[in-house]
Amino acid sequence: MIASRAIGAPIDRLDGPLKVTGAAKYAFEYQAPNASYLGIVQSTIAKGRIAAVDEADVRALPGVVTVITHANAVKIQSPDDDALMVLQSDRVAYYGQVVAAVVAETLEVAQHAASRLVVRYEQEPHDVELRFDRPDLYKPEKVNAGFPTDTDEGDVERALREAHVVHDAVYATPYYHNNPLEMHATVAIWNDDGLTLYDSNQGPHSIQSDVAKAFGLPPQRVRIIAPYVGGGFGSKAFTHPHVILACMAAQLAKRPVKCYLTRHQMFSLVGYRTPTIQHFRLGADGDGRLTAVSHDVVEQTSQIEEYAEQTATATRIMYAGENRHTTHRLARLDVPTPTIFRAPGETPGVYALECAMDETAQRCLLDPVEFRIRNEPDVDPESKHPFSSRNLVQCLREGARRFGWQHRDRSPGPHREGRWYVGTGVAASTYPSRRRPSQAQIRVEPDGRYRVLIDASDIGTGTWTALTQIAADALDVPIERVELRIGDSALPRAPGAGGSMGIASWGSAIVDAAEKLRARLRDDYGGTIPADGIVADGEAGKNPEAEHYSMHAFGAQFAEVRVDAETGEVRVPRLLGVFAAGRIINPKTGRSQLIGGMTMGLSMALHEETVLDPRFGHFPNHDLAEYHIAVNADAKNIEAYFIDEDDPHVNALGAKGIGELGMTGTAAAIANAVHHATGVRIRELPLRLDKLLAV
Amino acid sequence: MNPFRYERAADTQNAVAALAREPAGAYLGGGTNLVDLMKLGVATPELLVDVARLPYDRIEELPDGGVRIGAAVKNSVLAADRTIRTRYPLLSQALLSGASGQLRNLATTAGNLLQRTRCLYFQDVTKPCNKRRPGSGCPAREGYHRNLAILGASEACIATHPSDMAVAMAALDAVVRVQGPDGERAIPLVDFHRLPGEEPQRDTVLAHGELVTSVDLPALRFATCSTYRKVRDRASYAFALVSVAAALDVEGDTVRDVRLALGGVAHKPWRATRAEAILRGAPATAETFSRAADAELADAQPLPDNGFKVILARRVIVRVLTDLAERAR
Repeated sequence: MIASRAIGAPIDRLDGPLKVTGAAKYAFEYQAPNASYLGIVQSTIAKGRIAAVDEADVRALPGVVTVITHANAVKIQSPDDDALMVLQSDRVAYYGQVVAAVVAETLEVAQHAASRLVVRYEQEPHDVELRFDRPDLYKPEKVNAGFPTDTDEGDVERALREAHVVHDAVYATPYYHNNPLEMHATVAIWNDDGLTLYDSNQGPHSIQSDVAKAFGLPPQRVRIIAPYVGGGFGSKAFTHPHVILACMAAQLAKRPVKCYLTRHQMFSLVGYRTPTIQHFRLGADGDGRLTAVSHDVVEQTSQIEEYAEQTATATRIMYAGENRHTTHRLARLDVPTPTIFRAPGETPGVYALECAMDETAQRCLLDPVEFRIRNEPDVDPESKHPFSSRNLVQCLREGARRFGWQHRDRSPGPHREGRWYVGTGVAASTYPSRRRPSQAQIRVEPDGRYRVLIDASDIGTGTWTALTQIAADALDVPIERVELRIGDSALPRAPGAGGSMGIASWGSAIVDAAEKLRARLRDDYGGTIPADGIVADGEAGKNPEAEHYSMHAFGAQFAEVRVDAETGEVRVPRLLGVFAAGRIINPKTGRSQLIGGMTMGLSMALHEETVLDPRFGHFPNHDLAEYHIAVNADAKNIEAYFIDEDDPHVNALGAKGIGELGMTGTAAAIANAVHHATGVRIRELPLRLDKLLAV
Repeated sequence: MNPFRYERAADTQNAVAALAREPAGAYLGGGTNLVDLMKLGVATPELLVDVARLPYDRIEELPDGGVRIGAAVKNSVLAADRTIRTRYPLLSQALLSGASGQLRNLATTAGNLLQRTRCLYFQDVTKPCNKRRPGSGCPAREGYHRNLAILGASEACIATHPSDMAVAMAALDAVVRVQGPDGERAIPLVDFHRLPGEEPQRDTVLAHGELVTSVDLPALRFATCSTYRKVRDRASYAFALVSVAAALDVEGDTVRDVRLALGGVAHKPWRATRAEAILRGAPATAETFSRAADAELADAQPLPDNGFKVILARRVIVRVLTDLAERAR
C-alpha cells in the first residue's frame, strides 16, 4: 500500500473556485461557430406507429433549418442498444420517445417549432402496469452488473416450515427519476477528422464507443469532452437518444448542433429506476438466528431493451442463514427503459431487507442491533469466500454508542411526546467494492511538474481532488506539482463514474503509472528529469483477489423521526451513519458524499415518487415542483463517521468506493423509526402523510 | 414558447388601453406563474404588458385603520412589512410559507392572486382539459388527483388554487381594487376567484383588460390573534395539501368573532362561512371546533386518492382554533 501524505487529508475541492466563480464550463456552455439548435418532438402515445408528420408549416417558420423524421433520418446502427435507434422506424415503443426533431437558428425557434409539429399516429393498446401476479413475468439471463438472476441454497421452504419465527411481507418502491441539476446536454460538431461532442456524461469512453458504432466511425474519430458535469446519479452513465440525435442533426444540417433536454424531456429520455415489488420471507430459530432467507423481486424493463435491476444482491451477502433463495423476474412493458440510479439494486433491495430484519427482530423479541449482530456471517454466506474486510458489527456498535441507542424505549410503538410520535430506527448499509480495468498516463516535465492524464469523470463527487491526492502520494510529491486532466476521450481509456468504482479503478492505474515513472526516473535517468521529460503509461486490470475474497463496504445508520400525531407529517431531526469503507482518500469530500447519500436516502424515504398514469402511459408529475426531492428544511442534523479499516486486498490504495454506500439503508432506518414512533408499518415508499392517516 | 410582443406600460391608463386593444394580451407582473405557463404552451399571449413598474409598490395605512397593499408590492416585501407582521401576522406567515425566497422576491401581490389554478393535466397541452380546451374533458377526475379539490369542484374541473397569500386575505375580508377600461371597481376577495362550475376556464371574475391596482385590508382588531398553518408533503417549497388561515376573538369562554379560510381544498381560497356561523357566540371548546369543522366539510366530495384531505382539514381546523383559543385566554 502506498504511503500517505496527501491521502487522508481533508483537502478542499480543487475545482471549487472554478465552479463557484462560473469558470468551470459545462457542456451547453461551449460555443461552436455557426451553431444551430435542436428542438425535440416526443410521442404522445405509448404504443403504435407514426402515420404521418405534417412538416410543411414548420419548415416554413422563419429560422427553421430542417425537420428530421424517420423518413429522412441518417441510417445508423446500434448493435448493443436498441434504445439508441433514434428515428430508424415508424414504431413507437413508449410514451415520450423521440418521433421527430427540428433544427433551427436559435433555441427558442427550435423549441417553438418542435411544439408546432403535428405528428399523427396509429395507436395500439399499451400495457404499462407492473403487478406481482402478472402471468408474463420472465427470468432474465442475468441481472445488472453481471450478477446471477437467481440463487438457491439448502431448502428454504422446509426451513420456513420448521422456523421458530417467520416473517412474510411484501415491500414496494415506486418509480424514481435521476434528476441531476445539470440537464443533459450535447454540442455536436462534425469536422474533417470526425465528430467532437461536448456532452454531459459520466464516462466519455463509453459514449465514444456508442456514437462511433452508431455512425460507423472508428472510435478515435469521435471525441467526447466532459471535464465538468453537474450531477448524473446514473442517468449520464449510458448514451441516451438525444446524443445520437444531436450528431445526426449536425450531419443533416451540415453545421454544429447544440441540444439540451428540458426537465420534462428528461423524465422519458434518460432513464429511471424501475418500481420494485419485493416479497421477503425470513425464518429464525428460538435464539434469533436466521435459518431461512428468501427474497423474490418483481420489476420491469421496456419492450426495446432489457435492464434488470440487481435488487436482491445485497440479500445474498448481508446476513448468515443456511437456507437461501433469491430471484428476479421482469415484466416487459410499453415504457422507457430503466437505467442505473443511485446505488442500483442495493438501494431498493437493502430498503426491503432492512425493514424485514427490523420486523423479524421484533418477532424474535430482540433489539434490532443485537439481532443483526447475532446474524453476522463468518464468510460470504453464498460464495463462502472470506470477506476482504467486514466491519458491520463495529459500525453497529459505534453507531449505537454515538446515537445513544441504549436509551431507546424498547417497547413497541406508538411512543408519544405531546403532539408528536417520536421514534428511532436502525438499518445496515452495504455496497460492493469492485473495480474495472483502467489506464493512465503521467508525464513529468523538467520543471518538476507532473501531468496526470486519465479519462476519469467528476460528476460532483470530488474526483478532481481525490485523484490529485492519490497521484501526489504515488509520485511522492506535493499536490501543487500535480496537474490532473480528466473528462476527455482523448485521454487514456478509463471506466466511467459508476458503481462506486472510480477511485479503485482510476486510482490503481495512476498508482501503476506513478510507480513506473519513478522507476524509470531512478533507473534510466539517475533521478534527474531529462530536458524532454519522461512519460509513463500505467494500467490496472481486474482485481485478481476478487476471485478469493468477497469485497464490500458496510455501514450502520440510525434515524430519529417525529410524526405529527394529527397530520401525519414526518420529520427527521437526526440521521447518524457510521461507515467502514477502507482507507478514506479525502475525509472532507468523503463525508460530503456520505451525507449526500444519506440525504438522498431521506428523500427516497419521505418524498420521491414518479407517478404513472396508466391510461396514457406517461408521468404526470414530471418536474421538480411535483417530483419532490428533499429540500434543506427536510435535512436537519446529518452526521457521518468513518471507522478505521485496513483492507490489503481491495486495491493498492486500500480504498473502497463510497459514492453509493451512504444511500443504502437510510430509507429503512427511517421507515423502522416511523414504525417505532407510530406503531404503524408502511411497506410502500414513500412514507407520506396520506398513508399514515389511512391507518 | 409562442412568439409574443412585449410592452412596458408608462402608466395605468396606457396599460389598460393597451390590453383593451389586444384580446390575446396579458399583464405581466413578476412572471413567476405566467412565464412558466408560456413555456409549457398553456398560456399563449400575443402581447405582454409589463405592469411591474407602475407606481403600486407601496404599503399604506388607511384612515379607517386598514392597510392598502399596492398590486406591485413583492411578496417578500409584504411578508417583512412591520405593520403587516404586527396587525395581520397570518398574512405574513402565509406569504413566507409559499414558494421559495427567490420566487417571493419576484412575485407581486396581484400576480399572486392571479396565479392560475393547478392541475398537472392543465399544465400538459397534450392532454384534454376543460380549463384549457373547454369541452375536451377532465382526465384528473379518474387520473392523478391526490392534491386536487375536495370542496366546490364541478364535473368539469377539480383543480385547486395554489396561493397561500390569498387564503389569508380571504380570511381578512380583503377587497381587491381594480382599474378597467370603464373605470374603477372594488371586488371582495372572497368573490374575486370563481368556482369552476361550467366555465372552469375562468379563474376569476375579472373582465379582459381589468388591472388590479391594490388589495385593501380592513381593520380587524383581533387579527393579532391569528395564524396560518400549512400542511404539505415536504418541510418547505411545496404547495399546500391543506392550509388553514384563522383569527379568533374569545371573550371569557365564548367565541366572540372568528375568521376562517382554507387553502389547497378548492378552486378558490375557501372562506369557511359555515364554520364561522357555528363558532360565533359558541363556547370556545374542542367540541365546538369539531362541530364547526364538520359543518364546513359536510359537503366535501373527495375522490379515491384525495379523501385524506378531508381528515386533514378537519384536524388542522380544530388544532388551529384550539391553539388560538389558548393564546386568546
